[in-house]
Amino acid sequence: MIPEIGHFALILALSVAIVQGIFPLWGSLTAKPQWIALAKPAAYGQLLFMVISFACLVYAFVVNDFSVKYTANNSNSQMPTMFRVSAVWGAHEGSLLLWAMILSGWGAAVAFFSKGIPPIMLSRVLSIMGLIGVGFMLFVIVTSNPFERLLQIPLEGRQLNPLLQDFGLIIHPPMLYMGYVGLSVAFSFAMAAMIGGKLDASWVRWARPWTNIAWVFLTLGIALGSWWAYYELGWGGWWFWDPVENASLMPWIVGTALIHSLAVTEKRASFKAWTILLCILGFSLSLLGTFLVRSGVLTSVHSFASDPGRGLFILIFLLVVIGSSLILFSFRAHKLRSVGSFSLISRESGLLVNNVILLVMTATVLLGTLYPLIIDALGAGKISVGPPYFNFVMVPLALVLFSVMGLGFFLRWKKDSIERVLKKVWIPLAASLVIAFVLPLVVAPEFNFKVVLGLFAGSWITLAALMWVVSLGRSPFKLPLASWGSVIAHIGMATTVIGITLVSLYDTEKDVRLEKGQSYEMAGYKFAFEGVEGHQGKNYTANRATMTITQDGKHITTVHPEKRDYGRDAMAMTEAGIDAGFTRDLFVALGEPLGKDAWSFRIYHKPFVRWIWLGAILMGFGGFIAALDKRYRRMRKIAVEPIADNAGKKNQPKPASGVTI
Amino acid sequence: MNALFKPLHLKLLLGVFLLFFVLGMTALYAVKIEFHSFENKAQEKLYLQLIAELRCVKCQNQNLAESNAELAKDMREKAYELIIKGGSRDDVVNYMTARYGDFVLYKPPFKMQTLLLWVGPPIFLFLSLLMLFRLIRNQKNQPIEKLSETDRDSVRDLLTSNKEK
Amino acid sequence: MKFFIPLIAFVALIGLMLFGLNNDPKLIPSPFIGQSAPQFELPRLYKPEQTISVDDMKGKVWILNLWASWCVSCRAEHAVLTRLINKEKIPTVGLNYKDYGTEDYGDDAVQWLSSLGNPYYAVAVDTKGMAGIDWGVVGVPETFLMDKKGIVRYKFTGPVYQKAVDETLIPLIKKLREEEG
Repeated sequence: MIPEIGHFALILALSVAIVQGIFPLWGSLTAKPQWIALAKPAAYGQLLFMVISFACLVYAFVVNDFSVKYTANNSNSQMPTMFRVSAVWGAHEGSLLLWAMILSGWGAAVAFFSKGIPPIMLSRVLSIMGLIGVGFMLFVIVTSNPFERLLQIPLEGRQLNPLLQDFGLIIHPPMLYMGYVGLSVAFSFAMAAMIGGKLDASWVRWARPWTNIAWVFLTLGIALGSWWAYYELGWGGWWFWDPVENASLMPWIVGTALIHSLAVTEKRASFKAWTILLCILGFSLSLLGTFLVRSGVLTSVHSFASDPGRGLFILIFLLVVIGSSLILFSFRAHKLRSVGSFSLISRESGLLVNNVILLVMTATVLLGTLYPLIIDALGAGKISVGPPYFNFVMVPLALVLFSVMGLGFFLRWKKDSIERVLKKVWIPLAASLVIAFVLPLVVAPEFNFKVVLGLFAGSWITLAALMWVVSLGRSPFKLPLASWGSVIAHIGMATTVIGITLVSLYDTEKDVRLEKGQSYEMAGYKFAFEGVEGHQGKNYTANRATMTITQDGKHITTVHPEKRDYGRDAMAMTEAGIDAGFTRDLFVALGEPLGKDAWSFRIYHKPFVRWIWLGAILMGFGGFIAALDKRYRRMRKIAVEPIADNAGKKNQPKPASGVTI
Repeated sequence: MNALFKPLHLKLLLGVFLLFFVLGMTALYAVKIEFHSFENKAQEKLYLQLIAELRCVKCQNQNLAESNAELAKDMREKAYELIIKGGSRDDVVNYMTARYGDFVLYKPPFKMQTLLLWVGPPIFLFLSLLMLFRLIRNQKNQPIEKLSETDRDSVRDLLTSNKEK
Repeated sequence: MKFFIPLIAFVALIGLMLFGLNNDPKLIPSPFIGQSAPQFELPRLYKPEQTISVDDMKGKVWILNLWASWCVSCRAEHAVLTRLINKEKIPTVGLNYKDYGTEDYGDDAVQWLSSLGNPYYAVAVDTKGMAGIDWGVVGVPETFLMDKKGIVRYKFTGPVYQKAVDETLIPLIKKLREEEG
């Protein structure tokens, strides 16, 4: 019964979304206030029914209702409740339902925090979000219904891979979807602005905090995925340039470009068409990613069970959404003439250079990801494009970006001079050059020019950001949140860059054979093997090794890597012992017995690997507090002021806060 | 008051922060640990580099080093065998491509088919920076457009539409 | 005009995706087609003291079939393959890939053939799988067709089925037999 309610609620949500997609938009074009007024209640209604629908599916998992095919295929009564809940989005159907629910959540949030937005604009935005929702809900209902019943009800669900029962996997997909779907808000604002054909850039002001928040989720989602791969897949890698990872990286890079371009469009009314194109591009790449992951067009480690029928559906959906937005763009963009000019040396130019490099990076990732497909389509054989290629082309592009990044802080709007900027930046520039050359000579095991480049990029961005705060000459406590957010996010980027550089160039890995009592030395650490004991777990038996790690005779930690046997059918699992630290991770995995108290081990020393994710947290935090800035609320007030005398005091809009968290 | 210093945010940050550091024990696939002795460091380095750059042709996008597949093991073995016999990087790459084609290489060779792949990114960068430069030059000479009367009206419409509420 | 560029690029992308949907990314063409067959000299399953090599097959149109007793699809193709071999009287070497002699499998290869029938001219035993690698194996079963000069002319990946036999393999075998040795 409950699954049928879920299915029914989903259909109701679809009906509401159809109403939301058609009437407010139509009403806004034909000046029918009653139809326009439908937008908000429809957005709330859609969310309500989606939540009911999703809750029903969660319920089926929690109570182990294996009459539901999706539950039987993806859950198991032996799993802890927490993992049964997260198994809901562990496979295609449920994750798509989550997608649709998050989309209606964003729609409802826009409706809720919309006090400063004129109803006509809002109705168009919500209509477009409704139309996107229609596409996704149809997709779920037509091709991937998670509520489908089984005629023969199995007693137990399918055995689940222990790899997937993990904390990282509980929160990684929802975070990522929040980011992907969040980009639809900026997209909808841009579309609404184009439908209206308005010249003004007021929509940018409303779209900015939403874009920030979406970007924050995307940043954290990607970082979580990378972190999960690091500790769970166990090859010590944190980024594999897999098509699925690239599919999440591309919207992130475009989102980063969009955040910067929105700033210019809002403050200087420049790059209007460009900003709209980025809004379209960001969401389009989210959709493209969804298509690539679920259609089986590219081989990936993480892809869902592929189904060409589903692929065709998303492709048609892609065609409708992106195609119509680009057609609209083609015919409307020339109207969006930017006002105000700027010189070659100006903040506008700097941000355009930033945008250009970011877009070239996106194009490169797209090219590399799709190239095997292009070559295949041309009948020129099969090739692979992987990490060596991406590292080779992306690192130089990133370096160009980082070198200009620090300058951007000091550039003035409209017109600036090189001399003035150089006067401002020479201190951080010189300091970071010193750090980059001297630090590796003093501390590093071996001198490597790549390390110099990485350290230079990291310290240059950090110092430039800090120097900028100082140069403003104000108390840091009085600095607007947006400025703080920017500084923190850029320092986060620098942190990640330094982490990536150091772990890529200085990590050590070794497979060793150790007898009880023997030890192995790596990077100044001594790994002493104390022996292996049998260990009885809840549903497994294990061999548990004890490894004492010392440095200069000082005890650092003791780790217990295990090798687990979950019984006949399950894969043997390795449970690595990781000692995480601020400056290095030590990572020990237990291999096979090699006779007479001897075992094989894999040992890693990963310097500064945590900085990669620490930087991402800083970026996310920076983006988050920037979205909280009072300025957005104040700006909105100014934007609606002209109507204050007409509308009377009662209707005077309250300052709306622009965030959902 | 600045939100950055509110205790709630601090706690949140601390929470996420700890999450990334506390975790010590984790599950992973059974690692296959193999022992290979090499004559010198250069050979070992070459071997590790090659198994990271060669694709396990049977797997879903995994390199030889990461794959547990039988075939990946055999291919690693073959690479080791060739290296220990004194084979160079090219010898191993040629052996693998003779059998599996360019598909086996994660770093595609530079040839006619992959021309765009290799020269594309620098050309994108150069062209777009050039276009940008010209765009900035041109817009400087453009007169600033005034809002037309109809545009003004539409803006006014948009702004005043609030009162219909 | 410049505002139409994104639209044009997008249309091209959709075309590419449509191709992708109808394409199997995991099917790798063998680079051996048109090249001499890679050598091997391996012990024979029923007469381990004797060996069989690629040179032994010179001058004949012949088939190399990679199989293993643990391979499920090999079982599926066996009847089709047997029918082909009997009909065309084509000498076929079975390459028993990573099977016989390994401690886990014992004499499974022999048992498998005695229960399903042995259509092979000879069965070469590749315990370590190294001959398999030399032939660029991706997964068993795989079937290669060689001409009289010992050049690989065709490769079939996966279990052969009747339609492929009738429409591709048999006509090709007939054609190759007419060629000069």
